[in-house]
Amino acid sequence: MFLIHCPYCGEHREEEEFHAAGQAHLPRPLDPDSMTDEQWGHYLYYRKNPRGVHRELWVHAAGCRKFFNVARNTQTYEIYATYKSGETLELDDNPVVGPTGSCLNLATYADASSLPEQGS
Amino acid sequence: MMSNHQLKLQQSNRLTTGGRIDRGKPLVFSFAGRRFMGYEGDTLASALLANGVDIVGRSFKYGRPRGIMTAGVEEPNGILQLGSTEATQIPNVKATEQSLYNGLVSNPVNGWPSAEHDVMGLFGRFGGALMSPGFYYKTFMWPKSQWENYEKFIRKAAGLGRAPTKPDVDRYDHMHHHADVMVVGAGPAGLVAALSASRAGARVILADERSELGGSLLYSTERIEGLEPMDWVEKVVTELNDNPRVTLLPRSTVNGYHDHNFLTIVEKRSDHLADTSPDGTVRQRMHKVRAGSVVLATGAHERPLVYANNDLPGCMVASSLSHYIHRFAVVPGNSLVLMTNNDSAYQSALDWQDAGRQVIAIVDTRKEPEGRIVDLAVERGIRVLTGCAIIEAQGRKRVRGAVVAPINAIGTFVTGDTRLLRCDTIATSGGWSPIVHLSCHTGSRPVWSEEVLGFVPGSTVEQRFSAGSVSGSQTLAQCLAVGLATGIEAATASGNSDDVQMDAPSASAGNDVVGDTMPLYLVPHTKPASRAPKQFVDMQNDVTAAGIEMTTREGFESIEHVKRYTALGFGTDQGKTGNINGMAIVAKSLNKTIQETGTTVFRPNYNPVSFGVVAGANTDDLFDPQRFTPMHTWHLEHGAEFENVGQWKRPLYYTTSGETMEEAIAREQLATRNGIGILDASTLGKIDIQGKDAREFLGRVYTNAWEKLAPGRCRYGLMCGEDGMVMDDGVTSCLAENHFLMTTTSGGAARVLAWLEIYHQTEWPEMEVYFNSVTDQWATMAIAGPDSRKLLANLTEIDVSAEAFGFMDWRVANVAGIPARIFRISFTGDLSFEINVPAQYGLHVWNALFKAGEAYNLTPYGTETMHVLRAEKGFIIVGQETDGSMTPIDLNHGWAVSNKKPFSFIGKRGMNRADCVRENRKELVGLLTTDSQAKLIEGAQAVRDPNQAIPMSMVGHVTSSYHSAYLNRRIAMAVIKGGLQRMGEKVYFPMADGSCIEAEICSTVFLDADSTRQKA
Repeated sequence: MFLIHCPYCGEHREEEEFHAAGQAHLPRPLDPDSMTDEQWGHYLYYRKNPRGVHRELWVHAAGCRKFFNVARNTQTYEIYATYKSGETLELDDNPVVGPTGSCLNLATYADASSLPEQGS
Repeated sequence: MMSNHQLKLQQSNRLTTGGRIDRGKPLVFSFAGRRFMGYEGDTLASALLANGVDIVGRSFKYGRPRGIMTAGVEEPNGILQLGSTEATQIPNVKATEQSLYNGLVSNPVNGWPSAEHDVMGLFGRFGGALMSPGFYYKTFMWPKSQWENYEKFIRKAAGLGRAPTKPDVDRYDHMHHHADVMVVGAGPAGLVAALSASRAGARVILADERSELGGSLLYSTERIEGLEPMDWVEKVVTELNDNPRVTLLPRSTVNGYHDHNFLTIVEKRSDHLADTSPDGTVRQRMHKVRAGSVVLATGAHERPLVYANNDLPGCMVASSLSHYIHRFAVVPGNSLVLMTNNDSAYQSALDWQDAGRQVIAIVDTRKEPEGRIVDLAVERGIRVLTGCAIIEAQGRKRVRGAVVAPINAIGTFVTGDTRLLRCDTIATSGGWSPIVHLSCHTGSRPVWSEEVLGFVPGSTVEQRFSAGSVSGSQTLAQCLAVGLATGIEAATASGNSDDVQMDAPSASAGNDVVGDTMPLYLVPHTKPASRAPKQFVDMQNDVTAAGIEMTTREGFESIEHVKRYTALGFGTDQGKTGNINGMAIVAKSLNKTIQETGTTVFRPNYNPVSFGVVAGANTDDLFDPQRFTPMHTWHLEHGAEFENVGQWKRPLYYTTSGETMEEAIAREQLATRNGIGILDASTLGKIDIQGKDAREFLGRVYTNAWEKLAPGRCRYGLMCGEDGMVMDDGVTSCLAENHFLMTTTSGGAARVLAWLEIYHQTEWPEMEVYFNSVTDQWATMAIAGPDSRKLLANLTEIDVSAEAFGFMDWRVANVAGIPARIFRISFTGDLSFEINVPAQYGLHVWNALFKAGEAYNLTPYGTETMHVLRAEKGFIIVGQETDGSMTPIDLNHGWAVSNKKPFSFIGKRGMNRADCVRENRKELVGLLTTDSQAKLIEGAQAVRDPNQAIPMSMVGHVTSSYHSAYLNRRIAMAVIKGGLQRMGEKVYFPMADGSCIEAEICSTVFLDADSTRQKA
């Protein structure tokens, strides 16, 4: 049971309030009709399955209904950071647990919403 | 029937003084049909031992007699069936955990016909050597067809307890907590950690599985701060109790340690009081705790040594003797031989002697034990045999003697002659295994410690600390000092750093010199393990040393494989006494270290939990939320039979007395087609969409065009996924230029809203559009049939003529005096109006319709009639005609796809993939059976040639099949390969009974092909 920081509500809430919505940062192609079937198939179905840090899309389904991004370690289940959709977040090679991690105390990363936007 | 006085005299093993029991409160209980007496404060195990009950069950595989071996959660043998009534049966209760109450009824779980005289016991004694690991796989699986017959016998003879066959009468609930510091275990380290953390200002929860806090101090003789151990515990508990920021949970087992410091704890609130919980109270409660820091002070389990016949009743774990003597004033025997590889077990012999019973000898496997307590034992006249071991227990239903022999320094073989020491009790200690289970639940692997000779918690990403013997502390003083420091550390880490002025409590230095523990697990015998009498490693699963050695010889080298092949560590005790010994034996036979062999993975739960407490209050009506429409009470009063649609309760049909379902549905259909019917359609999903880009947004998420839909008009829309497959449909109405009302399927409302949101939020955030669910805000009633216009005209002021209020128009009007939105749309193919009023007026308007509708025989119909009526007109139901592989083209709904839209709408690219535009896809068609009353089954597979040999070539399947009362025949829809090009062709449906139904492919529209009825 994760404890997840909703970047819109600004609070840590129980995992029960959220749903996972797959891999994050998968922009819809701007001109689908010009794509080959293979390219479209890749966009539709091919997903990363890393052991380690993964960027995921989550939705605060039983809360503000906002979708947001989560940088989560699929091996340790640490959550390094959550940040709003449309934002990006660079992580160190060895990220430490951020404000939404398994621990409640450390705030190594500033609130992700204050990080510079780098486009989606 | 014995008097209470006689019952009292039965307690031959009860001391006259001492113990934490109340002799003024005698409790009568039964075991295997016999009545006994115990006292308040007893566990079932201590009461059985007080009464001299040696055999409490038969072993799982060999049917050997077994007695109580330990005093706690690690107990492998003393598992009983509890309950005085069928509804209160509880299987596999550990007698060592169950507090005694008056009237407790217990029985052995696995003796057949009884624990004293067991059929399988003969098998175990004489034929047992045949039952090797994998025995069931190897033997009873052949011939395979006979397994079911073998199984019945095996289950009866060897099975564990049985589940009740009547519903649970008790109540359960869940409670959520937040804590700064969660301390698991209230032994010396846990108590001090909770104390120091609370003094640092932290909110603390302290949980312990036993009925009393204190842990090992419950049976210790070591003084703390000059106080008797339990007096010191009382002092600490008083301070914790007085602190409003501290929650104490006795009788509470922390069963799961989950990610992000989330813990699940089962509190047994009334299992110690009676068979069922007192009126209105909760029997068990699950606490769900989110903690800043977690302190594991879970302690250690003493492990027995493994020797021949070590499962005889009377063979016990050394520390359990002290436990029974000090806590319960029970000495479970008269003459003791104790074997140990360490110093700690000596105390049990001293306690035994202090209780006035005879210690025949202490057998120390070490050549030259050096601890202070060894000298103490010798000073007290106890015979100490060093460099020796008990290699075998003798006796049949109880220990009668111990066979002792000298062994070599590393404990691998016997070096001299054996001798028999007469005794009725053998206690052993092979050292202490830290209870690392919880530390492993979040993925951390434990680490072998040569110093401890056990696994200790490994590194973790959680904010977790450990204190006391779980982390390797060996003395009471160490536990107290580490507990203090850890409590402060954990409090600080969770943001509480008040200055703590506190010294570690001092412990009486009785044993200041402690000798090293000898690494010994399996005691050698004069014969090899394969020929010696059975040396049990895991009592509950009858796993022997010889069995493990055979398993490694057969090629199972991974400890996980050994576990599954032998069942080592399975069962209700999860190998709490046997695991380390088993791993040591595996390591030795593979010539590896224990660290290299490793442990199996511990997972939640630590201890078995009842299904009741997992469910909590979420049962019956609270199992899942139920949604009711505003007209629900009316439906109840008018004979509705309901069906579940998602969480909604929808009338399936309405029945009057004596009418069958088929008759009711036929009546509803004909009344609607010939006059007027009414459907409660309030469950349809309704999403209010506003914003200047709302129209463009609709164009992107629907397959059809929306730019020309004028205010006052409605349009049917199809929604696809990016793969081009239909995922929802519904009518969307233009309320104003930038304002729309979308309807969805009843079950798809939440999914569609999330779909709209994810595209808006993540792909097109620049669009100004807002979505709001208004499903619950509106009551929707659909009147359908030729008379619906007449009825509506009676209740509204607006002109509802065909000229003024056309098909696919909507109007604002009053209906029965209530402001309403009326949509002239049709899901029946008949003249129809959907009246929407604010939900709180739904019942009022519904009643007004019925009052005015009397003149037209207004008939309510349910979802079953709705299904038939829509099928007659060829309207699809998403999820029935579609299955995630149907494009709009496949559904013959190409008219609802606009390829002229400039934006590549969702689904467009997908439905134009090569596979979606190829020939011969399954396409939606109608079916008319040659025999008009032949019933096609939904899901039935179609073939073209009914005479083809099996396996036949299947060309599609039936999606909907009904009896149409209006057409007086069966109608069906199906998806058939290339079906739209095959109108008039025959397809065949071979049935399971060998018959075959012939049908003709036709249009899906069975009624009113030119739509004159719905446009009337």
